[in-house]
Amino acid sequence: MARGWRAPWFLLLPAAFILVWHFAVEGRWVTEGLIPSPAQVLRSWHTWIFGTTKMTLSPYSGTWLDNVLYSSRRVLQGFGLAALVAIPLGLMIGWNRLVARVVDPTIQLLRPVPITAWLPFAIAVFGIYDASALFLIGLGAFYPIVVNTTHGVRDTNLLLLRAAGMMGAGPGTVLAKVVFPSALPAIFTGLRLGIGVAWTAVIVAEMIAVKSGLGYVLWDAYYVGRMDICVATMISVGLLGFVSDRLIVYASRLVLRWRTLEAVA
Amino acid sequence: MSARSGGAAQPTVELRGVWKEFVKGERRVEALQAIDLALAPKAFTALLGPSGCGKSTLLNMVAGFEAPTRGEVLAHGSPVTAPSPSRAVVFQEPALFPWYSVYDNVVFGPKTQGRPPAEYRPRAAQILEQVGLKGFAAHYPAELSGGMKQRVGIARVLVMEPEVLLMDEPFGSLDAQTRTLMQELLLAVWERHHQTVLFVTHDIEEALLLADSVCIMTARPGRIKKWIDVGLARPRTIEVTTSPVFNELKREVLALIREESVRADADRALA
Repeated sequence: MARGWRAPWFLLLPAAFILVWHFAVEGRWVTEGLIPSPAQVLRSWHTWIFGTTKMTLSPYSGTWLDNVLYSSRRVLQGFGLAALVAIPLGLMIGWNRLVARVVDPTIQLLRPVPITAWLPFAIAVFGIYDASALFLIGLGAFYPIVVNTTHGVRDTNLLLLRAAGMMGAGPGTVLAKVVFPSALPAIFTGLRLGIGVAWTAVIVAEMIAVKSGLGYVLWDAYYVGRMDICVATMISVGLLGFVSDRLIVYASRLVLRWRTLEAVA
Repeated sequence: MSARSGGAAQPTVELRGVWKEFVKGERRVEALQAIDLALAPKAFTALLGPSGCGKSTLLNMVAGFEAPTRGEVLAHGSPVTAPSPSRAVVFQEPALFPWYSVYDNVVFGPKTQGRPPAEYRPRAAQILEQVGLKGFAAHYPAELSGGMKQRVGIARVLVMEPEVLLMDEPFGSLDAQTRTLMQELLLAVWERHHQTVLFVTHDIEEALLLADSVCIMTARPGRIKKWIDVGLARPRTIEVTTSPVFNELKREVLALIREESVRADADRALA
């Protein structure tokens, strides 16, 4: 592992981007006041995170963590719910032809409906409450997880199924000890795609269907002309999405240790 | 008919008038025609034939992976309808579970069948030693060479103490040296356990070295062409392959196989 110092090449593009951004604003390449400079965003973000919540003129001061927690909790709940339904269902669709014939066409028909199109329906049914947001997040994350799980199950090596069969494994054992582990890499791919959709969905839902969280702040700040807060929110969501994706990758490395061995061999 | 049975005893496995057809889209492919075959208890039978002659299909039907189009596959007189630990299979590819360690792969069978750990644990350790995998129990398949993987494939069926061992070109994908080692290993293991073996191969030397009798198949559609009694003394070692008797047998089988290869080639030219 110790390969010595490696140039942090991944910082090159972000640094260049920030530089261009800085000079675009400071050099008045863009209309004045339309877009805040990186420094402005950083200052506002700092106040948003560390500012006092009492006796202040800024409505955003010190509310960052609360809103991050609101959004993260919704993502976690919606995503968890989606995984809880989508993984078993995907296993069944991939495993059982009858379940596939009954369930799969409906999923494939509903899947092209964007979650944004579900917004009015969600608000009508669940109201301007958390349930609306959870429904949208869960639905959005559900599709990639169920589709990838199904594919993972169907990709199970026939020889492994036969090997399990000749060693006396019944359908339950085959599903738990052969099909499921064999589908795990695909399931993790589904989870990674799913968490991405979940962050998209939470922002959309909070913009319209609930009155808290980063999505709500984003829309609210836009309305009152606080583009600095908008940009800080965008970066916050980006970072949270990145961190949650890394967590899933880390979990998959732990669970799929046999696979990293395979890559080395 | 070229059916055989080991004297008066009931054969362990029997195929009666078995035909197998595959339907590929519009085309029907005849894989096997009119197969009558019996495996005597504790006999080592090699199934030898040109590639594509349906010998693996035959083995798959004995295993219970595939059903015959016509005819019957019997184990102890009752029809084979599903795979069973009593008819264990060693595949051409090791087909190990990559997410399990060597040990967990080996005890998969007994564990799945609900045998007590006190029974299979010592046996698994003993068999791992017999196949030369002592000290590799905690390794994962990805960390093993091709030959070692195939040893695990053999160990995991031996640990189930199957009555019938079905081997589908198990050493086909190994290099020549490893293959010889594995053949010697199999001879030693078989001397100890004496299962009924059906060993599919297209390697004439391998068939003669290992088997009591060799069943030679025709090119597709596969039929049984001839049975050859090997009759070399046991226990055998690899040295037997250099003896005059062995070479005589080899010449005989080679002539029979060549006929089939020529015929298969002519069929292809006509088609």
